[in-house]
Amino acid sequence: MKFTGTDTYVATPDLMIAVNAAITLERPLLIKGEPGTGKTVLAHEVAKALGKNLLEWHIKSTTKAQQGLYEYDAVSRLRDSQLGDEKVHDIRNYINKGKLWEAFTAEESPILLIDEVDKADIEFPNDLLQELDRMEFNVYETGETIRAVNRPLVIITSNNEKDLPDAFLRRCFFHYIKFPDKETMTAIIDVHFPDIQNILVREALSLFYDVRDVPGLKKKPSTSELLDWLKLLMVEDMPVDVLRSRDAKKLIPPLHGALLKNEQDVHMLERLAFMNRRENR
Amino acid sequence: MFTNFFLTLRDNGVPVSLREYLTLMEGMQAGLANYSIEDFYFLSRTTLVKNESNLDKFDQVFGHCFKGLEAPEAEDLTSEIPEEWLRKLAEKFLTPEEMAKVEAMGDWDKLMETLKKRLEEQNERHQGGSKWIGTAGTSPFGAFGYNPEGIRIGQNESRHKRAVKVWDKREFRNLDDNVELGTRNIKVALKRLRNFARQGAAEELDLDDTIRSTAKQGYLDIKMVPERHNAIKVLIFFDIGGSMDPHIKLCEELFSAARSEFKHMEYFYFHNCLYEGVWQDNSRRHQNRLNTYDIFHKYPHDYKVIFVGDASMSPYEIVYPGGSVEHWNEESGEVWMKRLLEIYQSAVWLNPTQEAHWDYTHSISLMRQLMDDRMYPLTVGGLEKAMKELSRKH
Repeated sequence: MKFTGTDTYVATPDLMIAVNAAITLERPLLIKGEPGTGKTVLAHEVAKALGKNLLEWHIKSTTKAQQGLYEYDAVSRLRDSQLGDEKVHDIRNYINKGKLWEAFTAEESPILLIDEVDKADIEFPNDLLQELDRMEFNVYETGETIRAVNRPLVIITSNNEKDLPDAFLRRCFFHYIKFPDKETMTAIIDVHFPDIQNILVREALSLFYDVRDVPGLKKKPSTSELLDWLKLLMVEDMPVDVLRSRDAKKLIPPLHGALLKNEQDVHMLERLAFMNRRENR
Repeated sequence: MFTNFFLTLRDNGVPVSLREYLTLMEGMQAGLANYSIEDFYFLSRTTLVKNESNLDKFDQVFGHCFKGLEAPEAEDLTSEIPEEWLRKLAEKFLTPEEMAKVEAMGDWDKLMETLKKRLEEQNERHQGGSKWIGTAGTSPFGAFGYNPEGIRIGQNESRHKRAVKVWDKREFRNLDDNVELGTRNIKVALKRLRNFARQGAAEELDLDDTIRSTAKQGYLDIKMVPERHNAIKVLIFFDIGGSMDPHIKLCEELFSAARSEFKHMEYFYFHNCLYEGVWQDNSRRHQNRLNTYDIFHKYPHDYKVIFVGDASMSPYEIVYPGGSVEHWNEESGEVWMKRLLEIYQSAVWLNPTQEAHWDYTHSISLMRQLMDDRMYPLTVGGLEKAMKELSRKH
């Protein structure tokens, strides 16, 4: 069982090693990287490549670790008791399984994606230490212990908004998806738009890297934005010479709305273009 | 097995623990590294490094520890090369005509000899002065060996293109945490200084308490609690004008990040050193001066104090009464600093000048002494340390 990338996902050798290490040693894999470099997609693709089920747990600022295990619905039990419902005598009826419980008891070991773990409270990862390490937890209400039948592969993504505790990090493999170089980027585009004209891609790419190199951009365009932009260029059937004609009059790339998501950035680029034009005159 | 590597990592400030080292061993045992140095590099990186700011350090240590591992000396290589490798090599270095000639002679030894000669020429050419690249002080570990291409035979095609090893590229250099500060980075660093408390109006449903009291009372009894929010209170003093002008952008970013992060934040400006007056609006600094004593009286001692300034001035401005460049001060800056530090136990000084240059300015070391060494550079790493210091209980 080895992950080598899929026909829709280009994995660099270091990423492959990290994923395979996590699979073999059954430890969680922590993925960080710039937004839009394919952290969440990785889990989907690994699931696809290994033919496994994917369970997604999206973390919000209000998510508690306990919700991943189970939740005891005290309110509906209270209501049922007032209505005299028979269900009320068995506490099990009011325990809702969380994603971790589902993953632990699944018949075939699934892949569990804990998405954007840094969104939650600072203590969140600490609360999951034992559960992820031993892959078991206690249900206090019924006194039973849920233990993983097959250890699931846990993939955790983080956007670096909060630091994760050391004890948590020590239990994980770590991989930082760096921004792909030109070669990898071409491979990624090949995978997504196999029929796109070669020249168009080359011109678009060099323009794209030019834009990324503009100093002081608030949000540099990333892979997912490049893919969107290419999609647009294809739909619009943009002729190659429009991209290539880097003449002074048209320095802002066509359809730049897909690349730059910030008004200030667009303004800045326009200003730079203007200054450039003046210099050339 | 790799204990030396592990210890060097620790010595160079990459926080690795025994547990991670054992994981690496486990991975080796499971055959994940597959006897290739590159795979081993990736595997050790994924097990030992847990923060992208440490990746660059790791690359340097790795390059240092395993320098030359992949590259045995050129001389004894030829004697051990398997025959098929040589054939492959021959195709590369000999022209088809030469090949045909040698093969026509039907002599394998002859081929070997020609090849050897050719290889030697190659080696000489490559070793002549350009054997080492990337020297000259940029790396703390010295130069990294570079292999002339003659050595790299027997590897598959893609490797040939790679003149520099993966870790020698040092791609993660700019993720190191003592560079670049953006508003977002600052916010993340400031978030360390958090102390949640419930204060103010009760506006959130307290589910647990509601259930408890409902069960007790026998009817639905709803309980509310105030929302949790960051209860840290901060006073920030910004040095303004003069030598601080180059750092204005940085200070603005820090200010806007701090503004959104702390609910209770008061800011004041001063020039070079704290004296009896500060101001809040820089354009009206001479009209609307606030008495420093008023600040001491108004804000209780549980406020945390952050100074932002380069502390670069004449030492007289700190030590002597009347030393200020702007006005006549009755008492010296030193006295005022001590007064403030006595009231506010948690205080730090953030200095936008580079830490390496601190020792060259006398007033910086003076100020540092006054602050009990609680002066930190205005970088992500420094800010984090400062926040840690501030969140310490006094």
